[in-house]
Amino acid sequence: MSQRLFKNIKPKKMAHINVEEGVPGIRSLALFRPETGKSLYALAQVLLRGESPLSEAERELIAAYVSGRNNCRFCMSSHAAAARCLYGEDSNVVDEVLNDMDHSSTSAKMKSLLRIAGQVQILGKEVTDADILNARSYGATDREIHDTVLIAATFSMFNRYVDGLATFTPTDESEYKAMGERLAEKGYVQPKTQA
Amino acid sequence: MPHIDFKNDLPGIRSAMAFRPETAGPLNQLAQILLRDENGLSRADRELIATLVSYRNDCFYCHNSHGEIACIYLDGDRNLVNQVRQNFETAEISEKLKALLNIAAKVQNSGKDVNEADIERAKKHGASDVEIHDTVLIAAAFCMFNRYVDGLATYAPTEMDSYPVRAKQIAENGYGTHVYSQNQPK
Repeated sequence: MSQRLFKNIKPKKMAHINVEEGVPGIRSLALFRPETGKSLYALAQVLLRGESPLSEAERELIAAYVSGRNNCRFCMSSHAAAARCLYGEDSNVVDEVLNDMDHSSTSAKMKSLLRIAGQVQILGKEVTDADILNARSYGATDREIHDTVLIAATFSMFNRYVDGLATFTPTDESEYKAMGERLAEKGYVQPKTQA
Repeated sequence: MPHIDFKNDLPGIRSAMAFRPETAGPLNQLAQILLRDENGLSRADRELIATLVSYRNDCFYCHNSHGEIACIYLDGDRNLVNQVRQNFETAEISEKLKALLNIAAKVQNSGKDVNEADIERAKKHGASDVEIHDTVLIAAAFCMFNRYVDGLATYAPTEMDSYPVRAKQIAENGYGTHVYSQNQPK
């Protein structure tokens, strides 16, 4: 009941540009400018769902982790929800990483990759040889390091895009759960309509 | 030394794109629309935004590459490109472009730094919603490109005369698979 009521509240703060009201985050921007939306959704699809030695769950977790560090609620909540779906019965790891990555139950290798992602979130130059050696000591390959850096870099873009234009950020967690299920099931499909 | 073995000796983002063409595809498509579209912002405006953000992210390869491309569109006015790098508020550019560069500079730090006064300033000087959109997305995209280039420690040439050569290739042909082919401009 309370969730239903929440959904009907119009966002108080308007986006900086005239996007469709009530459409959240990146979806509103892809509808506003489909030409850029097309390449952005294609990038997300290949990066987060394409062939990679990292699982889809791990890649969504990197995206959520970087978005959390960038304080981007829309991106963090939606990708955390997707990661929870993809991790299935191990979904606790998502919230552990978002709360305290170093003390989470994820593998030492995944921690070393998340550490690299966190450095990229600050700035590319912050990734040191020691960070790379650490990841390699746990078996990380060139492709895994590449994908980690590009996911972290890409979310440093998406987060700024979504917040820089003050897009609508739902505050109802159940909306993110639905988004996460859709992302886990269907991947990144450029929106054509509001629905 | 780059952090990973790209299996090529191309400079900057070109090496990463050749390593992983599957992601290079949409990255180049994005660059092509954001930096080459002639609706609203000019190509020079777009490359200046890219240059400023890359400079502030201390990305040597990107700010020199895009600075040189901007320079071509500005009929060789390298001084103007340097003014924008150093202090765009006093550069010899339009008030509208200053207002848009101000938004880009905010985005470089964090999307949340863009406030309503920044948007009002740009609109007052005639910026359209699409121009504001493109400014924010160019700035955000270079926060990605810069991190991709430096996060993998790609090779950034220090021979400065190599930058105008590659810039000419982009000014003539735009962004696409040709940027990471083995046959590089000389």
